[in-house]
Amino acid sequence: MSRKISFNCPVQAGDEDRYRIQMGPQHPATHGVLRVDLDLDGEIIRKCNPHVGYLHRGFEKLAEHRTYVQNLVLTDRLDYMAAMANNVGYCEAVEKLLAIEVPQRSRYLRTMVCEMARLASHLLWLATHALDIGAMTVFLYCFREREELLEIFAELCGSRLTNTYTRLGGVRQDVTHSIMMKLEKFVDSFPSNLEEYETLIDTNRIWLKRTIDVGTVGADEAVGLCLTGASLRGSGVDYDIRKHFPYAAYDFMDFEVPLGETGDTYARYRCRIEEMLQSNSILRQCIERMPPGPIIGDDAPDLIMPNKPGRKVEVDVPAQQSLIKLVEDRETFMEGDVYVATEVPKGELGFYFVSDGNGTPYRMHIRSPSFLHISALKTMAKGSMLADLIAIIGTLDVVLGECDR
Amino acid sequence: MGQLNENDLVKIKDGVSFIPGASALVGPLNRIINWGRAGSIWPVTFGLACCAIEMMVAGSSTNDLDRFGIIFRASPRQADCLILAGTITKKMAPVIRRVYDQMPEPRYVLAMGSCACSGGLFDTYAVVQGGDNFLPVDVYIPGCPPRPEALIEGLITLQKKINQEQGRWSQLV
Amino acid sequence: MESTGIIPRLEVSYPDDVLHSYQYCGQDVVLTRKKHILDICSFIRDQCAMNHLMFLCAVDNSRRKEAIGKNEYERFEVVYQFYSMTTKHSIRIRAQVPDDDCSIESITSLWPGADCLERECFDLMGIHFSSHPDLRRILMPEDWKGHPLRKEYPLRGIGEWAGYETLKEKSLELRTFDYRSSQKGNE
Ligand code: SF4
Repeated sequence: MSRKISFNCPVQAGDEDRYRIQMGPQHPATHGVLRVDLDLDGEIIRKCNPHVGYLHRGFEKLAEHRTYVQNLVLTDRLDYMAAMANNVGYCEAVEKLLAIEVPQRSRYLRTMVCEMARLASHLLWLATHALDIGAMTVFLYCFREREELLEIFAELCGSRLTNTYTRLGGVRQDVTHSIMMKLEKFVDSFPSNLEEYETLIDTNRIWLKRTIDVGTVGADEAVGLCLTGASLRGSGVDYDIRKHFPYAAYDFMDFEVPLGETGDTYARYRCRIEEMLQSNSILRQCIERMPPGPIIGDDAPDLIMPNKPGRKVEVDVPAQQSLIKLVEDRETFMEGDVYVATEVPKGELGFYFVSDGNGTPYRMHIRSPSFLHISALKTMAKGSMLADLIAIIGTLDVVLGECDR
Repeated sequence: MGQLNENDLVKIKDGVSFIPGASALVGPLNRIINWGRAGSIWPVTFGLACCAIEMMVAGSSTNDLDRFGIIFRASPRQADCLILAGTITKKMAPVIRRVYDQMPEPRYVLAMGSCACSGGLFDTYAVVQGGDNFLPVDVYIPGCPPRPEALIEGLITLQKKINQEQGRWSQLV
Repeated sequence: MESTGIIPRLEVSYPDDVLHSYQYCGQDVVLTRKKHILDICSFIRDQCAMNHLMFLCAVDNSRRKEAIGKNEYERFEVVYQFYSMTTKHSIRIRAQVPDDDCSIESITSLWPGADCLERECFDLMGIHFSSHPDLRRILMPEDWKGHPLRKEYPLRGIGEWAGYETLKEKSLELRTFDYRSSQKGNE
């Protein structure tokens, strides 16, 4: 005997195809804890409303209560896929504020670790982006290379992810011969590995169908949305901090900034792949041209390298006071504000410091690329299919730790 | 049916034996159930922050969690282990609780990383100072982040713990 | 970021609004009143070709040494940094926002990307952006009390968020799953 089931839903006529779906925060394709509220018309997204803040840890408030040196460890936890690049960004900013000179060798070392971090981050991006779209094998291949890089990091500074490698005025450790050998081996084999990924996905019909003409943004629109990094360059805008405000040793490096044309997911994918090749060539240049010399500047704050020979360590002096002393000694004027941007794998990471002459920042604002990229999701996802949202989130390359701070 | 001899049995685990030739296990029921549970921990893919990356590495080719019978499930309804991999914020805590509620019993909670154990270096207004404030945590894995090997060690510890359970999830067993 | 001719042009175009300008570490900074901020921003975008909004944030001036005693500083300020991708010039605008009228015009009409940044300022600092399309809290839960980045807000927060309180109450029922208590009950 059949029974008629009656649904008692308040659906108005003509609205039968409208849904409201909440995606996340626990969703494997949202790269962490992003939540997206969607208004759907069938499968078409009418309205997309990203909710962030599920990983808001209070970095900016915490930074006001810690000294400049102590804050360095916080930056690792921002973009944990490329912690090195964050370290460098933070140090460049504080060094500009405190007018600390960095020796040439450590500038090269910084460039080197930055590019390694870029490779590690892009590999992880490729892995998860491909996994989201449905290509499982790429995930396994990318992790193979990424592990090599992480092991080099571990040998260099003892930690795989949260490195805290740079110091104000230089870096913590010099590279050893075995690290250089390993890196050279990696650099030699990387282009052929990259080709492997390309053969896996570049001619794959599913991949092409799911990336071409998906999430397209024009150049002007992308600038208006404050996109940066490869997400912006995919639309053909030539903006790379490494070229515009060179930091570390990027001045001396030969590299190109790959640009896309169409501004769709595929163009951004191509941009990042080309960028990886460029990073690889920068790494090679770093290995070849690494200058000799000290790795930490003479005027770096004392507490930073306690084991440096010939330096007295004042254990009793709290970090804050010693930093004030440093500034007083050099008669630097430390009251003011400064904004320094660096190019991390995700885009433009900037630190804005307001200092009132104390050893702690008065206010530290982190300009995180992911935060702005997520806000662009609203515009980019509008009118596309639900399944494409996954591709768009992937292509923006967001990391929630940095987004929510 | 012949007599079952002690010597014919193949011992798998303390108290659990296997009869060759017949697909049968012999042993006290709770031991057998514990053995089964310990051998098939299915964690839910639920990354919170930095530690999640190391969790992913643990599941990828180098470390290969599959050999322990550990398979990551995307849906909490198919999982029986929640790895708190990352910083738990106050905004996120109710969501974690909901994920936990969606999991069928028995369910285990692993706190991975110092953030999930104790709040780590984020002693701020927005961060929960340790996952055990609102969930029963079984194993704590220190480190910031713990290496994938440490996570594997934590999972093995959990297996040991499961093997010693007595009626934790129901009075029957 | 070398010096540009923008500051004099701003001073000429908006004599009443520009309070003070200076250079620090080679970066140009202008202090302005908040009244015509939208006009100033659109002037910078259209006349000075500064198409890229680098960041936007709010600062609480209440404990700032340099601010104490100078009457051109107000309690809050909203900081904008603009950059021109073509001329490679950049400028920072610090718009002063008083405590008693804690609002400023939104620039989302010029840069749609400012949407989230302004919501963040509202959330963490409590500054209202008039004519913002959707001003809600973004990082903290909707019913959170207080604005964490204000100087008087303690690092560990004031009180407890209601949602977390209920969660803690709810967690008492999970006690039965405690390893110890269950093991004991069985002995
Ligand atoms: S323990 Fe360390 S690595 Fe893990 S989530 Fe916390 S800060 Fe990140």
